[in-house]
Amino acid sequence: MSDTTYCDDCLWWENYYDGHDPIIFNYSIYRYNEFMKEVIVKWKYRGDYSLGNMFQSDFVEGFQQAFSFLGKQQASVVPIPLSTDRLQERAFNQSQLLADILPLPRHNVLSRIHSEKQSKKTRKERVETKNPFSVTESLHNPIILVDDIYTTGTTLRHAASRLREKGCPRVYTYTLIRG
Amino acid sequence: MPPPNLPKGRTPHLSSLDLQKFALLFSGKLLLRQELDLDETTFQTLLSTQSLTALPTFEQKFSRVQCQRCGNQKKSLLGTIPCQQCGQTHVYCRKCIEMGRVMACESLYYWTGQEIAWPKYDDPLTWEGTFTAAQQHAADRIVQAINQKEELLVWAVCGAGKTEMLFPGIREALKLGRRICIATPRADVVRELKPRIQQAFADVYVQALYGGSDEKDGTAQIILATTHQLLRYRQAFDLVIIDEIDAFPFHHDPSLPFAANRAKKDIHTTIYLTATPRSQQRLQIARKKLPHVFVPIRYHGHPLPVPTYKMCFTLQKDLKSDSIPRPFRKWMKTRKKPNRQLLIFVPTIALAEKMKETLTQQGILGKEAAIESVHAEDQLREEKVQQFRNKTVDALVTTTILERGVTFPSVDVAILDAGNDVFDEAALVQIAGRAGRSSDDPTGEVVFFHDGKTEAMVQAVRSIQLMNKRGGF
Ligand SMILES: [Zn+2]
Repeated sequence: MSDTTYCDDCLWWENYYDGHDPIIFNYSIYRYNEFMKEVIVKWKYRGDYSLGNMFQSDFVEGFQQAFSFLGKQQASVVPIPLSTDRLQERAFNQSQLLADILPLPRHNVLSRIHSEKQSKKTRKERVETKNPFSVTESLHNPIILVDDIYTTGTTLRHAASRLREKGCPRVYTYTLIRG
Repeated sequence: MPPPNLPKGRTPHLSSLDLQKFALLFSGKLLLRQELDLDETTFQTLLSTQSLTALPTFEQKFSRVQCQRCGNQKKSLLGTIPCQQCGQTHVYCRKCIEMGRVMACESLYYWTGQEIAWPKYDDPLTWEGTFTAAQQHAADRIVQAINQKEELLVWAVCGAGKTEMLFPGIREALKLGRRICIATPRADVVRELKPRIQQAFADVYVQALYGGSDEKDGTAQIILATTHQLLRYRQAFDLVIIDEIDAFPFHHDPSLPFAANRAKKDIHTTIYLTATPRSQQRLQIARKKLPHVFVPIRYHGHPLPVPTYKMCFTLQKDLKSDSIPRPFRKWMKTRKKPNRQLLIFVPTIALAEKMKETLTQQGILGKEAAIESVHAEDQLREEKVQQFRNKTVDALVTTTILERGVTFPSVDVAILDAGNDVFDEAALVQIAGRAGRSSDDPTGEVVFFHDGKTEAMVQAVRSIQLMNKRGGF
């Protein structure tokens, strides 16, 4: 499922950022449905790490489809980090697991200050929450931000705009699931 | 997690009231750190004073690794995780992960602090029923097993009144200040058991535990639980009663006997209950390896209804095309007592839903008849069963989830596609046992609709006839 044509969501964001959406485009592999919901709950929240293996080939294939145009450009992947507390609790970061599947260098240049609890907020509230990310090292090549789910796109855009502020020329996002 | 810096040479003081509270909360449990609702300082104090003792979460058994909570040693159910808590890559258990992840770098904790003295009751039994001779005999054997701390299998036909037979034994255990667990594989049965046990022992603290139950802390003297819940217990109970040992998933999942065994104290009594023992238990009985008592008569003194066969030549075609097999239609219209409620068993969820639709549309049970379907994934399952019990629903189409444990006073029972693999001998005997449960209406029709007799059907009928014979009919 490619999101490379402008969907309503992208137009909403273009409008919100007044034509300067920090993300060039988002690409997701699966749609969110009951089955996916169950898998994600088990994988991420119950912490069944091994379940991540089942996404491996689709995630690589989708990457090659969507990002082959980058060709020899030296792009990097950056996973969306968890806060320290959350990482302690889960013992792994699902985004980092996904990033490691991809044939590009991974750079953990983001850190997260606030808690991740986004699920109970409305879209507008989520969008207007303070940016929880900071950049620990600037990157000056194209970046593919990786996360498990694209829901409203707020988290990814917060991360992307921080990277842009620190001199990254182009940010794409690649997620397993489109919410 | 790094231990906090405690002042050297002295540990924070915990009052005896706190210790009593923790003893009650944690006695007989086996819990992960995150299940102990304790701040880090209190936790460390309890550990250093040996009130809590840590056990490794995994043990190496020859070439195999075994989860110490659920006993799992299957390779496919043991995952490996590069753990960001400890920095090592190690094993975790996928089998019992729904109850919280068990990781190799963590520990399981059990209470080794002050012991709980459970109350001793003079006469806790508030039930005033009477027993038939067969029930009395079994009840006496159960009391004896409790006094002698031994194992006993109670083989009682469906409708023998086995719950009541337990009462004198439970009274005996409570007189001695013992802790009791009645475990059963199915949550429906736990829910049905709770009010009956609480009424029979009105002054005793009784708790029901199952996935999603309101009561969670499991600190009562009498615990009613699904066998799954026993995964959180260790050396907890003096008396363990396991109901429906032949039922799925208990007889199928090695974790459950593993957990049930660990939940017992070193010296204990185990009572097994079944209406349909599996061949393994029958063999143990035959070899006199497992003491048993047999209750072949229903509490109302009438024989078990014997199923009849009805051949449906076009059964599979009919079921596929959403039509009602003709013999089934004819039977529904000519039942001897049409005011009995109707329980219709079908092999699949899809068929349950479709059959409910078809029966409603065609109005075979009368235009006014309320028909419902129910299955394991049905969100409204509890409500629908209750409606059937209240008689606001006339017919209930169900999968095997209602094969046992639940009782309705006056029903006829149909099994559609009785030759399907899901209906093994035990299931068929249990299903047939739904009919004729009350003394007001002690009989009921049970019909196998099939397109070819199976071994399971023949064996089920034979074993029902045998039990009736042993009951003197
Ligand atoms: Zn386990």
